[in-house]
Amino acid sequence: MQRRNLIRTMIAAVAAPLLMATSLQASAFDGEIKVGVLHSLSGTMAISESTLKDTVLMLIDEQNAKGGVLGKKLVPVVVDPASNWPLFAEKAAELLEKDKVSVVFGCWTSVSRKSVLPVFEKDNGLLFYPVQYEGEESSKNVFYTGAAPNQQAIPAVDYLMNDVGVKRWVLEGTDYVYPRTTNKILEAYLKAKGVKSDDIMVNYTPFGFSDWQSEVAKIKAFGSAGKKTAVVSTINGDANVPFYKELGNQKISAEDIPVVAFSVGEQELSGLDTKPLVGHLAAWNYFESVKSPANKAFIKEWHAYKKDPKAVTNDPMEATYIGFNLWVKAVEKAGTTDTTKVIDTLPGLETPNLTGGTAKVLPNHHITKPVYIGEINDDGQFDVVWKTKTEVPGDAWSDYLPGSKDLKSDWVTLKCGNYNTKTKQCVGQKN
Amino acid sequence: MTRTDQVAVLTPGVQPGVSLAQRLQRGLSALLLATSFVVAAPAFAQDVQADAGTATGADGGGEAAPAAPHDFAGDVQSMADAGFSEKEDLAGQIVQSGNPRAMTVLQALLDGKLYSNSDDGKVYIVGDAPDDATSLPVSDAITGETLKPMSPDDIDRIGTNNGLRKTLKVLIAQLKLNDPSATVRRQAVKEMMRDLDDSTIAALRERKAHETDPGVLKRIDAGLALGDLGGADADKQLAAATLLYGDLDDEVYNALKPLSTGKDTDPRVRAAALKAVQHVDFWRDIYNAAQTLFFGLSLGSVLVLSAIGLAITFGVMGVINMAHGELMMLGAYTAYVMQLLMPNHITAAVLLAIPAAFCVSGLAGVAIERGIVRFLYGRPLETLLATFGLSLVLQQLVRSIFSPLNRSVSTPDFMSGVWQLNDLFSLTWNRLYIVLFALIVFAALQLVMKRTSLGLKVRAVSQNRAMARAMGVRSQWVDAATFGLGSGIAGIAGVALSQLTNVGPNLGQSYIIDSFMVVVFGGVGNLWGTLISGMSLGVVNKLLEPYAGAVLAKIFVLVFLILFIQRRPRGLFPQKGRAAEG
Repeated sequence: MQRRNLIRTMIAAVAAPLLMATSLQASAFDGEIKVGVLHSLSGTMAISESTLKDTVLMLIDEQNAKGGVLGKKLVPVVVDPASNWPLFAEKAAELLEKDKVSVVFGCWTSVSRKSVLPVFEKDNGLLFYPVQYEGEESSKNVFYTGAAPNQQAIPAVDYLMNDVGVKRWVLEGTDYVYPRTTNKILEAYLKAKGVKSDDIMVNYTPFGFSDWQSEVAKIKAFGSAGKKTAVVSTINGDANVPFYKELGNQKISAEDIPVVAFSVGEQELSGLDTKPLVGHLAAWNYFESVKSPANKAFIKEWHAYKKDPKAVTNDPMEATYIGFNLWVKAVEKAGTTDTTKVIDTLPGLETPNLTGGTAKVLPNHHITKPVYIGEINDDGQFDVVWKTKTEVPGDAWSDYLPGSKDLKSDWVTLKCGNYNTKTKQCVGQKN
Repeated sequence: MTRTDQVAVLTPGVQPGVSLAQRLQRGLSALLLATSFVVAAPAFAQDVQADAGTATGADGGGEAAPAAPHDFAGDVQSMADAGFSEKEDLAGQIVQSGNPRAMTVLQALLDGKLYSNSDDGKVYIVGDAPDDATSLPVSDAITGETLKPMSPDDIDRIGTNNGLRKTLKVLIAQLKLNDPSATVRRQAVKEMMRDLDDSTIAALRERKAHETDPGVLKRIDAGLALGDLGGADADKQLAAATLLYGDLDDEVYNALKPLSTGKDTDPRVRAAALKAVQHVDFWRDIYNAAQTLFFGLSLGSVLVLSAIGLAITFGVMGVINMAHGELMMLGAYTAYVMQLLMPNHITAAVLLAIPAAFCVSGLAGVAIERGIVRFLYGRPLETLLATFGLSLVLQQLVRSIFSPLNRSVSTPDFMSGVWQLNDLFSLTWNRLYIVLFALIVFAALQLVMKRTSLGLKVRAVSQNRAMARAMGVRSQWVDAATFGLGSGIAGIAGVALSQLTNVGPNLGQSYIIDSFMVVVFGGVGNLWGTLISGMSLGVVNKLLEPYAGAVLAKIFVLVFLILFIQRRPRGLFPQKGRAAEG
């Protein structure tokens, strides 16, 4: 009896200030806007995605401190799809149908994006997708704030070819849709540039591959043929650590065979001793080491939010930041959170990115991004060695693949995601 | 960027340090997990002292300031704002200036220790300092004079890229040609052979005139011959090709290869080149085979390590423990925690992690046996489900305590790098040690099972529980101890894995299937079977990989296993006699 009373008192003691706090806050805002966060917080992808969840929460806090959007308070609705692709679709439906969120920030892997796509199109939702991807997709309901292949892979290969003088190429990837499509595009691009098939080696390994000895030995043998060789790595997730460890162990230095990675950023390096990796490259649209006032402020805020002065920032975080700010701008311009109106308002909007440039939303639902090439240095950061002079507009359909080079995505004038410029027909989703 | 971050950028070569408070915090969370750490307190006290001890150590102060020729000082000064290709030219000029400090400056640039101050335009060499130092020991790059320590905020590192670093290495090698140590000179020649041009060849010629060490002389001859191969003089080419016969170096091979097939090559040269190339090809085949075998054995030993604990819990006791992988993960995290506790003694941390991981995973195993498994004996399906659930719980627990991010466990110096047997054949030290380690663990386990009273009881209980109990064996106690032993070995395997792959919450998942595969293939209940099956699966996998690719190789191995189990359901070495029925 006594114990029950005690518990009751405790609950009351905890609940009272909480209730007061919410009622106080609620009074400052004129209603609520629900924001969905669809990132895995458990399972394989938690390593990468949980950071983006924190980023969205931080941005929401910050926006609420500025008075919310349209005078309304932003309320995050966080769900955990647990790195389980079908669960992504279920959770997306839950967010759109049950919670009725105005916008969703989410997904990392392409397979999770493909899984939620039908849900967003059916329920007319709005998804901001913050990760570099393989392109070959365009949906009215999705805004791609990460890089398309022409904003990451192609410039990286150009840099290696023209500035480093690479003649032989190893395309090494994890066995799933993003590496396979990217490598297909790269292979077509390299051949168009006159590289012979003998000088290209394509190789795939399973997810989470950990025994890299023979693969690395193979790269070493391929690279010892006297021509400058580089590895273009689309190896994803956990497999990177043992891969780089093996490179270091077999003494493959970046001066001889540089590895340029599209999925390795500051976050991945923070779990690694980078001394053997110095000089290996990564291509991104943002590096934590880029010096700009906006970036400095963002990093400071992130450290304060995470209460960890060593927490690193990375490219998908910047893409989330850009996506969030674009959405806020669009809602304020449209004066409503109605999905259709916000989607129509977004193309043409501009927002500063973290590297001192501007991100502009294009009619194909991609954005303009600068491309940076960085070399890994020995404290887990990247030294920028090359960058594009201006921002590069994202291209949904690659110009180097036979099936997709005639396709065009334009949701403003053509109102079509895959308009065939030869047959003058819209082949897929229409507005 | 906050200040701490800049400090990290300014002190290359120093491991990102962990502040006292953070270490305390992490140490505490670690203690939650690793309840049995008796060593923790003294080890912790020790490294606080060690930390304080390393905060000194200036560099370059001892050298006498030479009278610097004008262009040397100017070139060094210009480094501050030059582009990468300009820096390459400047580095070349610095070498030609003949200034005695040229090597120090270039080495500092290569090591990322050359800094500049944007205000006064001066160039400095920064000495070693800990990450969070507020002032750095500096010396003047041009004079070598030791200056007052500077704040990391005032100076910027002069950057390098891959191309510049390669140029620097060759230039430094050129300077090192006159080093008193023959080994350094031999290395220098080897480095120069990677990028031969007129100036390096001239430098080699000059050195050859007064070189006395036969080993270095041989390398120089090879280098000069390599230079001659590229020339137009057929007689010189022939002499060079003959001299280079038997040299296994990649550069040599690549220079000879086109000559051996070239149409307009002098026939004598072509024949000599062909002979040399065939010789290298022959050895390449042999060493490649040896390398594949080694790769297979090392993959096999990882399989054996991860499976041998399971061979005890599953093989001997018959418990399907799906949380076996997570016990390995606990072991790997123990290695990580040990390293947090003693960050300045990486070797000791890894060695101490072995018994610590055995205790942590072993105790976790005993707890699992007492808390869950013992209620489910004889009900394999329920055991499977319960332990699978437990594995998810353990993963999420680790995610909550250590965050879902992967943690890095540094490799001790003696385990990193390669053992270069010759130009074609090298073994990576970490793999070599892990093969040895797997064999030691296997031998130790065999001893325990065959020579100790615990082993005797374990075998007795697993063969005939009722009879063993009748003989006075406390079967419950034996069950717990056996499960603990198997789990402890899993923990040790985790320490080994921490040297090869990610330490993260998913570590266990990637090995559990392989472990079951090895045990079933080897024959349940047979430790020798586990050893043989692990090693042979490793070798078969690596033999297939170059032809089929990593994905297909794995599929082939699985298909082969399924077919094999169809024919011999009890594996390679089935238990015979009465034990088989138990």
